[in-house]
Amino acid sequence: MTTFFQQLVNGLSLGSIYALIALGYTMVYGVLRLINFAHGDVYMLGAYTGYYLSRKLKGDDPSLGGALVVMLGAMLVCAIVGVIIERFAYRPVRRAARLTLLITAIGVSLFIENSAQLVFGPDPKFFPSLAPRADFLVGGVRLTSEQLTVIAVSFILMVLLRFFIMKTRTGKAMRAVSFNLDAAKLMGISTDRIIAITFALGSALAAAAGVLIGMQIPKIDPLMGIIYGLKAFVAAVLGGIGNVPGAVLGGLLIGTSEVMVVGYLSSTYRDAIAFGILILVLLLRPQGILGRAQKEKV
Amino acid sequence: MKALVRAIAIVVVLILLNALFTGGLIPGFSISPYFLQIMSLAGINIILAVSLNLINGFTGQFSIGHAGFMAIGAYVSAFLSITFGDRIQALISFAPESVQKSGLLLVVLAAGAICAAIAGFLVGVPSLRLRGDYLAIVTLGFGEIIRVFILNIDAVGGARGLGGMPRLANFFWIYLFAAATIAVVTRIVNSSFGRTLIAIREDEIAAEAMGVNTTRHKVISFVVSSAMAGIAGGLFAHYLMYVHTNSFTFIRSFEIIIMIVIGGLGSITGSVLGAVLYITLTEGLRGFAQYRMVLFSLLLVVLMIVRPGGILGHRELRDFFWRRHRVAAPPPPAVSG
Repeated sequence: MTTFFQQLVNGLSLGSIYALIALGYTMVYGVLRLINFAHGDVYMLGAYTGYYLSRKLKGDDPSLGGALVVMLGAMLVCAIVGVIIERFAYRPVRRAARLTLLITAIGVSLFIENSAQLVFGPDPKFFPSLAPRADFLVGGVRLTSEQLTVIAVSFILMVLLRFFIMKTRTGKAMRAVSFNLDAAKLMGISTDRIIAITFALGSALAAAAGVLIGMQIPKIDPLMGIIYGLKAFVAAVLGGIGNVPGAVLGGLLIGTSEVMVVGYLSSTYRDAIAFGILILVLLLRPQGILGRAQKEKV
Repeated sequence: MKALVRAIAIVVVLILLNALFTGGLIPGFSISPYFLQIMSLAGINIILAVSLNLINGFTGQFSIGHAGFMAIGAYVSAFLSITFGDRIQALISFAPESVQKSGLLLVVLAAGAICAAIAGFLVGVPSLRLRGDYLAIVTLGFGEIIRVFILNIDAVGGARGLGGMPRLANFFWIYLFAAATIAVVTRIVNSSFGRTLIAIREDEIAAEAMGVNTTRHKVISFVVSSAMAGIAGGLFAHYLMYVHTNSFTFIRSFEIIIMIVIGGLGSITGSVLGAVLYITLTEGLRGFAQYRMVLFSLLLVVLMIVRPGGILGHRELRDFFWRRHRVAAPPPPAVSG
């Protein structure tokens, strides 16, 4: 039983990372009906920004303030990157066929991956430890401070996001745009601005996930965004794409089931599990757990 | 009858070209092995591009896991010819050796194609039932998963790769299958089945309202496309005599997509043009290997913004030369007042 709880904790902390990335997918899908393929790569950029920032701050010992600066810095940089991607790649083709939009997204993703290999070098880098670490033993279950940080920070960010979407005017506008873009425009909402804000928010969350994964699994490489992005997207589909609480639920489920499969079966199937879940969801409940089935309209 | 004459003509021309390039036709004249290999690999890319265009360009569904099906074809056929090659050849031991080898190649290619088709069916059925971009993400995931699975099967070499199959494929066979792929896809597209695929691409809801079973058509088109990728994989394995999972990463899938997007989604000659252009450019830019993919990905984005149809768009090359073949331009949208 102790093993089970240990796996559960490990799974929840991995799942929080997926959930943070999945939020970006689901929000962008909500406003643009686009699978933002470059989102996983923004997450990778977040990890690298965190890496370089913490190298820059090195000299003083790992401290909480330093960790906060690294986290916020990475989020800011990636928010700007997200807005740039939207402005120069997606906005010109927003009105074009969906296939065109999808190919553009793939192109942007390839561009970021290959440029990153060029700029950062293709070899993995090792993330320095940001905060003093400690282990806690609760009833035989070992909780590392990294895991607790990951879970706590993700939780705080998700609550903030929830507050932003539900309680602020901009959040209300975002919900309106995702409900119906054209109608929102007719109501006087500056849709361009709202879409840009959506990208900024999603990218900032991905960057936070990047820094958090750097703390937990301190090996980062330019292609790390692909497999994490893929799994996070599966998480978004599992929870119901376009649905914000769904993305969180899906992320936690994917993370937990992945860790359970690795723990109880074999690590070979680590990457296969998310894919298997995706096939099952598509067959049984394509709208996801929390999503509502949409009627096709002409 | 006309088709038969044309097929025989293609075979004869390919045999002559093969002999010419390898120095068997004119004594003392042959092209360099490097150049011959580039041309042969270009042929394999033509098969991949044209077959992917059937699903991506003509049916309007977006698959990005073509390399996965290619990997299945390559590994299945290579495994067969290594393990059962002698026994299959022994079945037709009365025939001369070259015929035996050709027979073996055809058998293992067929097996690879069938396995790739089955995989295509299993991937296609759940994802093609739905509208939207699910196929893209499922095929991307599938391509990676199949690679991981092969990497963990020790019987096919795992991380060591798989070698030791005979060199059954050559310039002649590759271009014969390239010609066959082009012929089959052209026939499909010009049939009523193909018209239905185009109808699905243009407007899925309207096609469904016309009584088209869209899922069925999409799945068939996807399965055919996967089988052709399997054949390309088998040829690839028996040309290089060695396969490794690193040849079938998603990078390979993206390369094929770049080829068909450059050439024009929904244009067969465009795919051929795209494949040849891509190979020429990558070989020409060999000195800048590290900037190559950055350039291509940038090209993809810019192309989508300024000319989303690619070089040829939906048209074929001959549309530019013979007016009578030109597809009628759609009438200008009516101005409602």
